[in-house]
Amino acid sequence: MDVQVPNLLDDALGGGGRVVLIEDCVETSGAFVLHHFLKRSLSPNSSDAVIFLSFSQPFSHYDRILRKMGCNLVVRRDNKRLLFFDLLMLNSLGREEEKTSEDLLLSLYEKVHKAVEICSSPARNITIIIDDVSLLEVAVNCLSNMVLDFLHYCYSLTAEFGCSLITLNHEDIYSSLDKSSLILQMEYHADVVIKAEPLSTGLATDVHGQLTVIDKGLGGGVCNSGKICNFQFRIKDNQIEYFYPGSRT
Amino acid sequence: MAERICRALRDGALEGEHAPALTIKDSNESPFGSLLFNHVLSQLSSFIVAQKSQSQGIVLVALSRGPLYYEQLFKSKGNNIASSNKWIKVLDCCTDPLGWRSKLMESGRIASLTPGTSTRANLYKNVKDLNKLLLAIVELGKELVEDGKGRFAVAIDSVSEMLRHASISSVAGLLSNLRSHSQVSCLFWLLHSDIHETKAIAALEYISSIQASSDPITRPINGQRANSEKLPFLEQNLRGGKIHIRFKRRNGRVRLMSEEFCIEQSGIKFTPISSEAEMIAQSLVPKVQFNLELSEKERNDRAKVVLPFEHQGNGKTIQIYDGRKSPNEDRAEIQYTSAEKVQTVTDSGRGEIIYFRDSDDEMPDSDEDPDDDLDI
Repeated sequence: MDVQVPNLLDDALGGGGRVVLIEDCVETSGAFVLHHFLKRSLSPNSSDAVIFLSFSQPFSHYDRILRKMGCNLVVRRDNKRLLFFDLLMLNSLGREEEKTSEDLLLSLYEKVHKAVEICSSPARNITIIIDDVSLLEVAVNCLSNMVLDFLHYCYSLTAEFGCSLITLNHEDIYSSLDKSSLILQMEYHADVVIKAEPLSTGLATDVHGQLTVIDKGLGGGVCNSGKICNFQFRIKDNQIEYFYPGSRT
Repeated sequence: MAERICRALRDGALEGEHAPALTIKDSNESPFGSLLFNHVLSQLSSFIVAQKSQSQGIVLVALSRGPLYYEQLFKSKGNNIASSNKWIKVLDCCTDPLGWRSKLMESGRIASLTPGTSTRANLYKNVKDLNKLLLAIVELGKELVEDGKGRFAVAIDSVSEMLRHASISSVAGLLSNLRSHSQVSCLFWLLHSDIHETKAIAALEYISSIQASSDPITRPINGQRANSEKLPFLEQNLRGGKIHIRFKRRNGRVRLMSEEFCIEQSGIKFTPISSEAEMIAQSLVPKVQFNLELSEKERNDRAKVVLPFEHQGNGKTIQIYDGRKSPNEDRAEIQYTSAEKVQTVTDSGRGEIIYFRDSDDEMPDSDEDPDDDLDI
């Protein structure tokens, strides 16, 4: 039986039904956080559902990784707990069908909306995961305002259906001088921002980076003091270890 | 101080004057603009329900948060939702701002009703057309007032969303038209300052008569790059901040005020600015396993150290070393330093840094021309 061991990341995140933004960079990929969320949502102890929009990797990639972590995505897909959309070729598909970027996003939104309707009966927690937003931007010819429109519609879905939205984007591909950058606007909408960064001392054998979890405490209409957690991580084949700096023996 | 803003909006427009307009600004460092907006909205609603306000109702243009969010907000503040139709109208520009949903529903591709949709709100499906938006706002406002002649307030959440769909000139035009409308009592909007150009923010601030900006309590000290060093500041800034208020009077005079606020379960709580904030900033050292602070004795000893520079300001004659000394000066200096050394031996309470110049070791040769090695 797969027992979920509480870890620092889960403690920092608290409850669900929120908008989470994962920011990573070239030196430290944040993909493992997505894998963690995927496994958590598809736990055998719950009936939660995941809608996964993949612009980055094919299904087999995630299946291979999650199997090592003790989660069979094929079974979850067959049980309709996982609705996986392979969108790697979205751009070329749009060109073939002579669709504008707005039409592409409209049809993508239609897929997501229908998937949420399917998963919401019977009532359960639904998590929408997008990997990753920068490739969605590329797929629509870098019209970042349209990407924000699409994300806005996804935020509305989270409010109406009570689902969570988890997105991954790369912090270092946006200029800090560009005030209207996509990532800055996404940070405003996020209830929780998770930043994956390298250690200030560089790469180490036993410590692969650090995570900073910023919970603004403003989500869901509830007013709470925000909190910040910072801890380090080590990626193993079948799990991720999270620990506070200096606490590993 | 923050209550003065609410009172100014409550009192509304004077005859022959534009309506007071409030810009609420925030940034990613202090992301509490929406909470400030909610506070002002709740306070104004209370005045309206108690019939103590010039305006008889509020038109809430919801671009960033949906109608359900505001229903829950009013419920939590104890407002009667059932009768809310009499004093608030929500123009829902959040659920379907571009008409995507309507397109899909009309073609039967998605279901027409979603479980959490509010049926009280008026759906607006074309946020890019600000002329129609203005007409929709005014129309809703007229439904709120008696005989179509009274005044109503307008709240826009948020202008930053509006600026994604329309140019700054169109948005400025909309706000200006609302402000000068004879039936608008007051107007306030939310703006995220770090995602717009300075000129766009300035354009909107020119239109507003009151600006309230949310700023962090402390900023990380320059040079602190590591996350672990910035964490204490970031965490403190998530618990509250400072609000800086700028009132522009009719005669052109500007009044500035500041307050602190903290986030509580019930909402925002305002307090006067304390000097503790500065002390807290200084005492925020990173949480590490070794001691980074100085004890009282260590601070006193550090204060007593005499720096090895010429400009001591300690009452003695200032001597500036110019790089070359005469033998007479050497003797005088030896006497001076020996006198100082005697002094240091007797004065055990002072700390001391002994500094030896490298050039002091070399005695200049009087026969040698220092320019001999030049080859011009």
